[in-house]
Amino acid sequence: MSIFIPEKHWWRDPLDKDEKVWLAIALTTSIVLTLAMPWWHVTQKQNPSSEYYKIKPETFDAATDRFIQEFGEKDESGAIKQEGGIDVVAPPAGDIFVRGQQFKWSPVLKLKKGAAYRIHLSSIDVLHGFSVQPINMNFEAVPGYDYVLKVTPTTSGVFNIVCNEFCGIGHHTMVGRIYVD
Amino acid sequence: MEAVFRTCPVTGLKVERNAETLVMFNAVTSIVFLLVGGLLALLLLLTRWQAVHLLPADFFYRLLTLHGIAMLVAWIVFFEMAVLYFASAILLNTRLSVPYLAWGQYGLMVIGAAITAVTILLGKADVMFTSYVPLQAHHMYYFGIILFAVGAILGVCVFFATLGAARAEKTYVGSVPLVTFGAIAAAIIALLTLAHGAIVFIPTWLWALGIIPMMDPEVYRVLFWGFGHSTQQINVAAMISCWYLLGTLTVGSVPVSEKFSRSAFTLYVLFICIASEHHLLVDPGISTAHKEWNTGYFMHLAVLASMMHAFSVPAAVEVAQRKKGYTKGLFEWLKRAPWGDPGFSSMVFSVVGFGFLGGITGVIYGTEQLNIIVHNTLRVPGHFHATVVIGTTMAFMGITYYVLPLIFRREVMFPGIAKLQPYVFGIGMFVFSTAMMFVGGFGIPRRIWDITGAEAPFPVAYGPTADLALAVMAVGGLLAIVGGGMYILVAVATVAIGKKINR
Ligand SMILES: [Cu+2]
Repeated sequence: MSIFIPEKHWWRDPLDKDEKVWLAIALTTSIVLTLAMPWWHVTQKQNPSSEYYKIKPETFDAATDRFIQEFGEKDESGAIKQEGGIDVVAPPAGDIFVRGQQFKWSPVLKLKKGAAYRIHLSSIDVLHGFSVQPINMNFEAVPGYDYVLKVTPTTSGVFNIVCNEFCGIGHHTMVGRIYVD
Repeated sequence: MEAVFRTCPVTGLKVERNAETLVMFNAVTSIVFLLVGGLLALLLLLTRWQAVHLLPADFFYRLLTLHGIAMLVAWIVFFEMAVLYFASAILLNTRLSVPYLAWGQYGLMVIGAAITAVTILLGKADVMFTSYVPLQAHHMYYFGIILFAVGAILGVCVFFATLGAARAEKTYVGSVPLVTFGAIAAAIIALLTLAHGAIVFIPTWLWALGIIPMMDPEVYRVLFWGFGHSTQQINVAAMISCWYLLGTLTVGSVPVSEKFSRSAFTLYVLFICIASEHHLLVDPGISTAHKEWNTGYFMHLAVLASMMHAFSVPAAVEVAQRKKGYTKGLFEWLKRAPWGDPGFSSMVFSVVGFGFLGGITGVIYGTEQLNIIVHNTLRVPGHFHATVVIGTTMAFMGITYYVLPLIFRREVMFPGIAKLQPYVFGIGMFVFSTAMMFVGGFGIPRRIWDITGAEAPFPVAYGPTADLALAVMAVGGLLAIVGGGMYILVAVATVAIGKKINR
């Protein structure tokens, strides 16, 4: 019994045929599962990026501001247009910036279908969760790290960036936006 | 100190008074925290059910933090201390070594848990169970957790000291029983885990006090999960020990092969602690090769161990049942199993829920590419409510129905309610966890007060199917809360006013 001292030495206790068969099945499953990730990584297209750079939050903040100044959509008076109180940016293909902070994603992005972007994702205060809905793609925004996501939009439409890493009492008010056309 | 023993008439085990008292204190305290966590669960559930949306935002986040601490830390670790003392002193027919250290364990854990809980309730630690830096809690929050962890380390030391004393005093010969072996695996993992806990929480506490600068947020995440995920592996090892224990207590099962079961426990010790990077699959700061090596190779050797137990626990029950003469067809042994024994039905729910619902989804969600659609959505708590609640919690609930007569020496009150309890709780939790994972599939985040974006610059909608699934999740959750209440009612009533068994 499981609660008493084993009668004979357990190490010499031979395995049954059933146990050997099950062990073989379980081991095969484990090996297949172990190989699945690298196999997928090499042969398929949707993988988390492993490109990242250490960056000071102030530096990232300033880089995002420059990005907004350079590619911001301007109205007749020359001021940058806003939506929901957030600057709107229509950048060309290439490097773009997404900045998380309590409790705002900025800027609002207007992207082109088929154009290849490199999203620089980071936070300037606490952790945030970069969750693009409704396509449901989720990445972590970590202060001190510039996380580069290579993205080419394949469908046009309206997408929300929902924050899904708890970042303070206003967490649920942290919704940003991406337009693709 | 003179050791005082009595002999248990059911199992024939010698039970020492100190060991018995400490098992009782830890078990009762754990149930108090289960009650607190359960009441919080009700409030949180009624808030996440968007149609009801009960609590205001700040209370929701505050109580969610406390729910995590009360359930995942206090309820489970207090109960595990009871399991460790039981598996060492009582199963080895010996006295509890250094009982004053064991009281130190109890005292520190109670004080630590109380400090952390009060700090949260005062609104000084709205940081969630994970307390990721740079989000900062009041320094007393971390201090309480450190005290609690030191208490738990003392408990593990008492466990090993008792094993050593039993061996030195020759209260047994040969190998320790399988349940004790499993508890040793849990205790070794606990020591490794608590070391990670110290590495992560002591500097964070000093940072909160303003003494040292903040840890790098990504380093914190790596170290935190070295602690946070590995603590779940203590639970797994303790839970599986409880499966073997319940198999023996309910149907008299004998492990089919001691070697098979013990090798599986050894695999946990060797591999499971390191496989914590599946929390960080969509993080910067860690290379793909590192992520895949860690979550692939190491994790699946632990998965192998779980698959081995998933075979040997039911096999042991089947062999025991067939020996009793239930040999007709393939499944008479199962049909004639003691389904009315809450210890047995809890074990079955625990095995099936942990294995099929929690384990399989865990393996899937821990795949690098799939994690992109899983990370921080409700799929994650859906998965771990299956492992920790249906798995660990139901195993501990099942054990309680035997601890009450054997250790507290009282007849279980309300046997009718006790008989139904695992079904109400188990079915409720199955519906709740499954629905939660389904809801997460729509991309709905975990740990969020409002999913409509009502106070955000842009509205968010997940569609009517998601709303319906949230309602199903709520119904399952409410059923589970009723089942949890039944468990607490039976346990508390038995301890307080149950008929004494005179032996
Ligand atoms: Cu946020």
